[in-house]
Amino acid sequence: MPDARLSGTGLTLAYDQRVVATDLSVAIPDESFTVIIGPNACGKSTLLRALARMLKPKTGVVHLDGSVITSLPSKEVARRLGLLPQSSIVPDGITVADLVARGRYPHQRLMRQWSRADEAAVAEAMRATDVAELADRIVDELSGGQRQRVWLAMALAQETPILLLDEPTTFLDISHQIEVLDLCADLHEAGRTMVAVLHDLNQACRYATHLIVMRAGTIVAEGDPAEIVTPELVREVFDLRCEIIPDPQSGTPLIVPEARRRVSTASA
Amino acid sequence: MRPAVTMVETAEGPEEPAKGPVWARPAVLATGLVVALAALVLMAMASVALGARSVPFATVIDAFLAPDGSNDHTVIRELRVPRTLLGLGVGATLGLAGALMQSLTRNPLADPGLLGINEGAALGVTLALGVFGLSDPAVYVWFAFGGAALASVMVYSLASAGRSGSSPVRLTLAGVALGMVATAIASAILRMDSQTFDRMRFWLTGSLAGQTADTLVRLAPFMVAGLVLGLLLARPLNTLALGDDAGKALGVAVGRTRALTGVAVTLLCGAATAAAGPLWFVGLIVPHAVRALVGPDQRWVLPYSAVAAPVLLLGADVVGRLIARPGEVQVGIVWAVIGAPIFIVLARRKRVAAL
Amino acid sequence: MNVRLGPYSVRLAPRALLAGVALLLAGCLVAVAAISTGEFTVPVPDIITALFGQGTPVAELIVSKLRAPRVVTGLLVGAAFGMSGAIFQSLTRNPLGSPDFIGFTAGASTGGIIAVVAGGSAMTIAGGALAGCVITAALVYALAFRGGVQGYRLVLVGIGANALLLAVNSYLLTRANINDAATAGAWLTGSLSGRGWDHAIPVAIALAVLVPVCLYVARPMRMIEMGDDAAKAMGIRVEPVRAVAIAAGVLLSGVATAAAGPVIFVALAAPQLARRLTRSPGVTIGASALMGAVLLTGADLAAQRLLAPTQLPVGVLTAAIGGTYLALLLRKDRH
Repeated sequence: MPDARLSGTGLTLAYDQRVVATDLSVAIPDESFTVIIGPNACGKSTLLRALARMLKPKTGVVHLDGSVITSLPSKEVARRLGLLPQSSIVPDGITVADLVARGRYPHQRLMRQWSRADEAAVAEAMRATDVAELADRIVDELSGGQRQRVWLAMALAQETPILLLDEPTTFLDISHQIEVLDLCADLHEAGRTMVAVLHDLNQACRYATHLIVMRAGTIVAEGDPAEIVTPELVREVFDLRCEIIPDPQSGTPLIVPEARRRVSTASA
Repeated sequence: MRPAVTMVETAEGPEEPAKGPVWARPAVLATGLVVALAALVLMAMASVALGARSVPFATVIDAFLAPDGSNDHTVIRELRVPRTLLGLGVGATLGLAGALMQSLTRNPLADPGLLGINEGAALGVTLALGVFGLSDPAVYVWFAFGGAALASVMVYSLASAGRSGSSPVRLTLAGVALGMVATAIASAILRMDSQTFDRMRFWLTGSLAGQTADTLVRLAPFMVAGLVLGLLLARPLNTLALGDDAGKALGVAVGRTRALTGVAVTLLCGAATAAAGPLWFVGLIVPHAVRALVGPDQRWVLPYSAVAAPVLLLGADVVGRLIARPGEVQVGIVWAVIGAPIFIVLARRKRVAAL
Repeated sequence: MNVRLGPYSVRLAPRALLAGVALLLAGCLVAVAAISTGEFTVPVPDIITALFGQGTPVAELIVSKLRAPRVVTGLLVGAAFGMSGAIFQSLTRNPLGSPDFIGFTAGASTGGIIAVVAGGSAMTIAGGALAGCVITAALVYALAFRGGVQGYRLVLVGIGANALLLAVNSYLLTRANINDAATAGAWLTGSLSGRGWDHAIPVAIALAVLVPVCLYVARPMRMIEMGDDAAKAMGIRVEPVRAVAIAAGVLLSGVATAAAGPVIFVALAAPQLARRLTRSPGVTIGASALMGAVLLTGADLAAQRLLAPTQLPVGVLTAAIGGTYLALLLRKDRH
């Protein structure tokens, strides 16, 4: 087992009284690009939220760097672990540069609101996400893809070694999805630990170095996608018959759903 | 005293069809409606018989069969009967208006008072009476319509401001804000003119007292028009409940249905407010209770709301007359005291879409 | 624009700075006009001498005893309402989320009326208002709490409380005897007339305590505007921040109501008007305070002079501000 700065043990997760998962244990390998995947309502976002201390587990603990995460000062955690939530609210009339700058909050104090380090981090985050030329635009006026890049820039400006992303590609069209995932891969290559919840199994296989597959609140499989993704697993988790071929571009597993009926040209 | 009366209401009111999934059985629903109508008649009789002045039941009967011009008979014939009829009209209009608004806006918290429409109508009436000195109900009711229509348009635009579009909470907040502004302007106008202020102080908090039979006669045509139009909209509103696009796909003239519903709501709220002042919560709570009993079909929700609301409004009015004898508490206050906690419970329990 | 001094640094937007200075100037201008003009005109130089006890006895009486305390009370109360409005609009993420609509002002009114009916002095009425506001807020907060207080639930529960308390208020007014009803009615419109230093000083003390608290929570509150999760991810303890902010906002509006009666719509309009002026993203507490002070003293000045010698209650003027403000919000939606 590789080292894991972030891990959860014996987690029971619930919203109010509705239990989503019981006795879940998970470790996020350092410097991995971990993707959590599973059918709708399997608890994947819930698990991510628990790891990011957004949701207090009913039982069990999340550890960050060997300490129980809730025992660490909240700002201290925010300097080590960032989260891009599924939905955030854009304040009225805010510019891109101002929004990205808000990512520096955990590094600031009342009397140290804007250090040179802040300025450098924001510039670097905007460069990495390619939003520098949008700096003075109003966030409301941007396209969905641009806006998601701006949120990502804000999370990057936080300069955390671990970054959690909750469905970062939802509501984006396919080219923007790839754009965001490529950016995540770049960030991972630059040495960050990335954890993302994704919907698309093929995208997950292509980008993840470590895949966590969930169904009904339990982890069914985890590991290198090339090793664990099999037709049996897809059938068990998603209830889908499929064939798995190597992705012609990346060589990672590519799921091709079985056709229920032959295409007419084949029989003709 | 109050709990006793309230219990009578609930026992008589919307209890009958409470067995099983009844909305599939029109016969049961129709019977229920008849029973509700019977409850309404009973409540109307209670409203005539009970009041700040104790009148023996036999005397009440005599007042109709053999009026002798005695004080008791005058109170019954000239105060309580018009008041009861007014309560019937106002209750039916506000109950239906609330049901229509909840259906049209797909907002469980819509209410003519809460959304500022009654306050807009009240401002119109205040202008007519206080500034222009128009005292004929059939004339100033048009000011009420103007105020109600303007308020509906404004509250809708206010709520859909910004990018996030309209949500129940935004709509409610916009309505409350608009209502408070309208009320503040109305009170400012009234403060300039102490005579009108005295006459309208009770009306402004919502009251069935102090209106003559003549007022009722002058306003009744508008109420009836609003009720008929509103009830006729049940079928298209049923379809629109699936969403504007689905409604359009199923052949509903979306724009026309919305406009007609707006007209009906304006008629109903304007006439009700001109008669009894801006009342809150009648249009909110009754349709809720009705939907819980009869299901989502507007063909039943609308008539049930129109029948059940006056039962409760008259009940509250009777309670208001009895708890503070020899004075009385305006029905608007009684409704707010009963309605506000129910509203809070609904707001806490319902998963209302966030801001 | 960044100001750095050793390890310390502050960020300042030039536009906001300019707007702040302009508002300060406007406030001074209104204050001077209110002290100088009226039935008895005090020339501007005489104001200074009178304040330092060097003027004529008449000027001294009018300036130090009558007009200056009224203006100062107006400035402080306006600032308190402005800040309170900014806090609640930020928490509810809605430009209409004002303490006027979510029960707090109505609760203060209830407390005030009860004190009037109980035959209290001016100070008892002020105490009753503050108590009414705080108790209402505590109840609304408790009822809206479900593992945290979401802005929208606070709004809805508050609206219910508002309706209930408005009804209670009108009930109390109709049951009170004529004299009490008249006293309470006058107090309910909100007024600055006859306010002396004993009104201004408690507000000043409250502001001295609450302004630092507000400035301290302002930064985390800006983050909470982006959603609870986003704020938590930045290391903000959302619920404690929110509780402190609500407490500060309630106390501000309670203290202000205690001093001037329930003057509505200042808390509603000030934050957004300030925002338009500073072009800042979201509402800012400092600018809202300045705007509130200018609005209220300006409205009070207009109320005294518009129909002179008839004195309007300032509440009538602020109602007009409220209406104008809604119209402004509507116009904004057009594009």
